[in-house]
Amino acid sequence: MWAFLFRAILQRLVLLVIISMIAFSIVHLAPGEPSEVDPANPRMKPEDIARIRAAFHLDEPLYLQYTYWLRDLATGELKSFKDSQPVLPKIWRRFLNSLPLFICATLIVWSLSFPTGIQAAVQRGSPFDRSTTFVAYAFISIPGFFLSYLAIQWVVDIFNVPIIGMRTFGMENAQPAFRWMDRLWHLVVPSLMSAIAGIAILSRYVRSQMLEVIRQDYVRTARAKGLTEESVIYRHALRNALLPFVTMFGFLLPGLIGGSVIFEQIFAWPGLGRLGYEAILARDFPVILTINFIAAALTLVGTLVSDVLYAVVDPRIRLQ
Amino acid sequence: MAELTHIAHSVALEGESALPKPETPIQEAWRIFQQDRLALSGLVVLALLVTLAVAGKVLTEWIIIFDPATVRLPDKFLPPLSSVSPDLIPAAHHPFGGIYLLGTDELGRDVFARILQGSFVSLSIGFIAVSISVTIGIILGGLSGFYGNLKLGPISVDTLIMRFTDIMLCFPTFFLILTVVALLPPSIYNIMIVIGLTSWMTTARFVRAEFLTLREQDFVVAAQALGLPERRIIFRHMVPNAIAPVLVSATIGVAGAILTESGLSFLGFGVQPPYATWGNILASGRGFIFDAPWLFFIPGIAIFVVVLAFNLVGEGLREALNPRLRNR
Repeated sequence: MWAFLFRAILQRLVLLVIISMIAFSIVHLAPGEPSEVDPANPRMKPEDIARIRAAFHLDEPLYLQYTYWLRDLATGELKSFKDSQPVLPKIWRRFLNSLPLFICATLIVWSLSFPTGIQAAVQRGSPFDRSTTFVAYAFISIPGFFLSYLAIQWVVDIFNVPIIGMRTFGMENAQPAFRWMDRLWHLVVPSLMSAIAGIAILSRYVRSQMLEVIRQDYVRTARAKGLTEESVIYRHALRNALLPFVTMFGFLLPGLIGGSVIFEQIFAWPGLGRLGYEAILARDFPVILTINFIAAALTLVGTLVSDVLYAVVDPRIRLQ
Repeated sequence: MAELTHIAHSVALEGESALPKPETPIQEAWRIFQQDRLALSGLVVLALLVTLAVAGKVLTEWIIIFDPATVRLPDKFLPPLSSVSPDLIPAAHHPFGGIYLLGTDELGRDVFARILQGSFVSLSIGFIAVSISVTIGIILGGLSGFYGNLKLGPISVDTLIMRFTDIMLCFPTFFLILTVVALLPPSIYNIMIVIGLTSWMTTARFVRAEFLTLREQDFVVAAQALGLPERRIIFRHMVPNAIAPVLVSATIGVAGAILTESGLSFLGFGVQPPYATWGNILASGRGFIFDAPWLFFIPGIAIFVVVLAFNLVGEGLREALNPRLRNR
């Protein structure tokens, strides 16, 4: 077990270094530089550009730039190109904003897809199964921002409330209770919208896992023993169908960054995805690279956690 | 003797009538596919779409009947089915039949012509991106599955390729696509290539898994014993048997690529003018959701229907091609 952990962590560290190298070369070899963001500005003289390039080490060879980046990241002194703010606190603040959205969306996804998926599998071929299948495909197929705009228009029309951003402008001096309610309300629509695709995918997956398990001999045995249908489904079948989902906890982590760009952009949510988008627009290489690095690290931690969890939950699996 | 052959003949005849002609695997898959009404309707939509896309290419670029680029400022923001204002617009700029089938946009361009042109562009983005990813996936997965035991110095080919796949899976895909597309000069080909280069990992894994099982099967061993060249074993005997899951993930991949393109367009990094895609018509239409809702709803619903059709066909194919899922 300890040997497995040691080897797995070592392997992942090597992978992480390779990933950061690839990301670094992609970002630096692609055309476009931070000094060229505003070429039309008449106040940008060639000597200014030269000074910017020197300050960001952009004239040095690539491997040196990479070691500078790695050193600054490790010591926490990495500064953004755009505003010279330290990168790590900047990312941490945005991360704290993204976190409630992510938690709400995940809760919605998991609490809706399991009942739907299980029911659909139990009543395979029924109208319920067929309609949830169709709705799931519709959810996967609709462009997220199209649906979000429809939802915004509808909610604003019917309830006449603002839903853009994290809080209503001008509520800063209100009672704490009202401030909290305001923040909660602003969470509802964005988290629902970013949960839609997840609900569709996860409920389909639950359904196919349940179908797989329901055919097994031990479920037939449980029925033959004369157990009630609830007991067969929820105690014998569901527990075994749940095994793969334990591993999915591990894969949730990277979702914090990847899928949120569009929704944070629509709902003007000052989160991580939007920070990444702004950094891309400004050619802010340290921020782009650090976000990418954190995402890769989270993915690797996620796979490790899921491997370990799987072995903990399923005694048939041994880590060697 | 003559009697005996007669009996044998009649037995053979009876045998033929008792046993129906065995179905080929393709016929069997088609029969199962047909039973899925959702998948079948998806296929019909896709057939219509391909016709529309080809017609769009021909009628907007070669024989210009619907002109997507003409700007008619007096006729901007006209709702669908409204007719042209004959005294303000020169006759050369009149739309086909004098009617804007789907209205006009903020520059008075014919939305129907733009949707028609966009159908070809959107579809080719999906198909080319998926062809790139499937090609890379089959090559890497096949190499890793067939030559996996080969050693390159201390590590095997299989380890090398699969570690690389793991690395690619660690990148947040949409963020990576966004970064690369934003840094490269805007071009429709870059978008296709970048989407293709970042989505081959599942295909590679499927092909590798299929190859690993196929390599041990009798017909491959027999082909090797016959001394067939490896090229022939791989491409004539193994690839056709490994293609089913690839076909399914490719169909669903086209849907994903079209959605990704529309997402990129929304963020302003999609296909740039003068090309119209459904994604960028929708993205520019969102500014007029109250004044000219057709600019927003028509491309949005078009994308939704087409992506849905691809997903349904993909799912139907999965059911039809996977014997393990049948009769359950």
